[in-house]
Amino acid sequence: MDNLIQNIQGIPLNHYLIFCSVIFAIGIIGVLIRRNVIIIMMSIELMLNSVNLLLAAFSAYRGDASGQVFVFFIMALAAAEVAVGLAIVIMVYRNTKSVDIESLSKLRW
Amino acid sequence: MTIFYFVAFLSIFFALMTIFTKNPVHSVLYLVVTFFTFTVHYILLNAQFLAVVNFIVYMGAIMVLFLFVLMLLNLNKDIEPMKSNVVKVMGAVAGMCMLATFLGAFKVLESSNEFVTGNTDVGLVKNLGKVLFDEFLLPFELSSILLLTAMVGAILLAKKETKEA
Amino acid sequence: MIELIWLIPLLPLIGFVVNGMGRNFLPKRAIGIFGSGVVLVSFILSCMVFGDVLAARNAGQESAFAYNLFDWIRVGSLDISFSFLVDPLSALMLLIITGIGFLIHLYSIGYMSHDVGFGKFFAYLNLFIFFMLLLVLGSNYLIMFIGWEGVGLCSYLLIGFWYKNSSYASAAKKAFVMNRIGDLGFLIAVFAIIATFGSLEFDAVFQQASSFPIGDSTLLLITLLLFVAATGKSAQIPLFTWLPDAMAGPTPVSALIHAATMVTAGIYMIVRSNILFTLSPVTMQIIAAIGVCTALVAAFIAITQNDIKKVLAYSTVSQLGYMFLGLGVGAFTGAFFHVLTHAFFKALLFLGAGSVIHAMSDEQDMRQMGGLKKNLPITYFTMLIGTVAIAGIPPLSGFFSKDEILAHAFVSNPLLWGLGFLGALFTAFYMFRLLYLTFFGEFRGTEHQKGHLHESPVTMLLPLVVLAILAAGGGILNIPEALGGGNWLANFLSPIFAYSNSRVEAIHVDHNTEYILMGASALAALVMAIIAYSTYVKKKRIPGADGQEQGFLYKLSYNKLYVDELYDLLFVRPLNALSKFLYHVVDKAGIDGFVNGVGSFFMSSGRGIRQLQTGHVGFYIFMMVIGVIAILLYGFLNV
Repeated sequence: MDNLIQNIQGIPLNHYLIFCSVIFAIGIIGVLIRRNVIIIMMSIELMLNSVNLLLAAFSAYRGDASGQVFVFFIMALAAAEVAVGLAIVIMVYRNTKSVDIESLSKLRW
Repeated sequence: MTIFYFVAFLSIFFALMTIFTKNPVHSVLYLVVTFFTFTVHYILLNAQFLAVVNFIVYMGAIMVLFLFVLMLLNLNKDIEPMKSNVVKVMGAVAGMCMLATFLGAFKVLESSNEFVTGNTDVGLVKNLGKVLFDEFLLPFELSSILLLTAMVGAILLAKKETKEA
Repeated sequence: MIELIWLIPLLPLIGFVVNGMGRNFLPKRAIGIFGSGVVLVSFILSCMVFGDVLAARNAGQESAFAYNLFDWIRVGSLDISFSFLVDPLSALMLLIITGIGFLIHLYSIGYMSHDVGFGKFFAYLNLFIFFMLLLVLGSNYLIMFIGWEGVGLCSYLLIGFWYKNSSYASAAKKAFVMNRIGDLGFLIAVFAIIATFGSLEFDAVFQQASSFPIGDSTLLLITLLLFVAATGKSAQIPLFTWLPDAMAGPTPVSALIHAATMVTAGIYMIVRSNILFTLSPVTMQIIAAIGVCTALVAAFIAITQNDIKKVLAYSTVSQLGYMFLGLGVGAFTGAFFHVLTHAFFKALLFLGAGSVIHAMSDEQDMRQMGGLKKNLPITYFTMLIGTVAIAGIPPLSGFFSKDEILAHAFVSNPLLWGLGFLGALFTAFYMFRLLYLTFFGEFRGTEHQKGHLHESPVTMLLPLVVLAILAAGGGILNIPEALGGGNWLANFLSPIFAYSNSRVEAIHVDHNTEYILMGASALAALVMAIIAYSTYVKKKRIPGADGQEQGFLYKLSYNKLYVDELYDLLFVRPLNALSKFLYHVVDKAGIDGFVNGVGSFFMSSGRGIRQLQTGHVGFYIFMMVIGVIAILLYGFLNV
């Protein structure tokens, strides 16, 4: 364990930021280019996770447990979100026989 | 030290695979792998509790839920109509712009001597539990209500509508 | 008695409230009795007050009694109290208003008995009496102004009493607007008086004013403004056109408001403020000129009118012109004497005309009348007395009052006398024309009207008889010395003119001149009566239908000198055009345009932006990303 810890010593905080930003951007791109609602939700999960990781990294950097507590809350939230979201997807699919986001064009005035 | 970069590379690779694979089931599987690499990251940060929770909740529960829904709706084949290439390029460009703005806003490209040491004990279950049940007791209890609500909501939404009496 | 003075105006106000509230469910008889009763009680109280004043005068004591009800406005050095002033002038006015007012109330019971608005009518009449009493009782210009405005309002309400007829309603509107012009003059005059004298109480103002030099420019301004007010209320050139139109109201209203009381408010006000006017000779000359012009013009118009009430209306304007002539030449007593006698005979004539109209089933055109002498003997007889009185034939009342004015005018300026004399000729002519056309000759109405002819009920005849007696005998109040009289009225009123007489020598008319003038006018009136007789009775010259070819002067007179048309051209049309301009350009295009423009700007920009709401979730996410980028860029660039 100690070796492991030694190994990661010296990773700059900036690199965590870059790494998480990249993952977040990938999530964004996923949301933007896919039409399958489920994939879009997965991309959102990806974004959530990138933020989680960044929070954990900051928490470790600052030596403050609050960041990790927040990660825990975000996970609870994500679980709730996914449960409801997927329920909605099922409803939509039942009504339109499709999970295509383009078919959900009723969301306007 | 190199482990971080290797795992980071894997994360990015599988994340990309997640969004570019056409078959939704494969997508989910790639995402599971991505989340596994995240678990490794948590371990590297000595955030043991998070690593475990991530492993159980995300990979075990949430991703299985996705997979379950895909199977339920019988969407495992590649039937998704793809967006036009213009939209894809625009999406990619927008995402890149976002990344560039992030990087710029965080000023990450400037050199700094701030380093993350993974040797803190804050991520241990014992320490985290003390904080969670002391300082964050009320939000913790509230999150349980949130989960209950989500559960009720999900059941209500997904339930087949009974015929009106 | 003075302590009960507040009851005199209060009673009609109570009558107004009770009749106004109960107009829909009280029986007509109760309304009539109550409405007339309160005025009768006021009249009795007025008589008692008058008795007190008379006793004080005869005993040579102070005859002006002030009664302070309460302090009203007290700001800084300005102190206006709600107080009444009883002196010989207001005591006499009280008698006229409540006395004639009562008779006309009595008359209205019969005249309005078939009208659905009976209760409303009596409520308005009572309200009018209240305001009129306030006008004459007020001990300062502000109370007077309240009454002044109030009677204008009642006049408006009563002219437009049959408001369903749109021409009546517009006549009411016209009267109101014309009165407003005058009222504005009054209001500005009140401000000027406050600015100059620091008080509105008659006492204080007149006392200070009496030490001003003759021809003072401030007094000139104040008096001119007050005179503008008087021209509005008392229907003088140029604001006289409302009075003939005001005949749209019920006849008792014409008699009460537009002949006997309200229109004399202007004269009362000037008589009251005589010191101010005495000290501004320029204003006096203007008043005399306007007065004589009005007298002449109105008399000229009256000659050719065929509507019985229109003739009387122009006659009223003409007689008011005489009163102003009297004021203008400094014959304040004469003018006020004419107010008194005019109130008697003009109320009489109007009520008589009302009786005729009532008998003729609401026919007002004299061309449709004729020969009514047989059917309406009492009405005829009383109308005859009224006509003789107004024509100025001795020994009836009009002779004395008119000749006093003319005699003073002669001394002041023979030209004024000449014009006034000419007007008097016209007056005699058109009044006898009215009498002959109505009561002599053959009946010219329809068979239905003929069958319906009847003498009026006793409630209508009683006032006629009383007024006829007053019109016949009113002259004895002020028989001039030249005829062996004692000038009782002049002596009675002399405290009112004390300040004026102390500054300006009262006009003295030579007895011989007076004899000649009297003889001339009496003779002339008789001659005109005979000419009218030969024209309308002997030759049976009945005025033709409206479209008939006539001489230039006739047309000019018949069309009322085209004054209405002139005003229409000069004021109404430009104002209408201006209103249209303001409406279409300023209001519609400018203000509405701006307001609507703001609305439609947001509407159209909303409609444009709404295009972004495609409903496609993917697009929304895309926009969200752009938004996030924008926010981050903003933060980044601002750090």
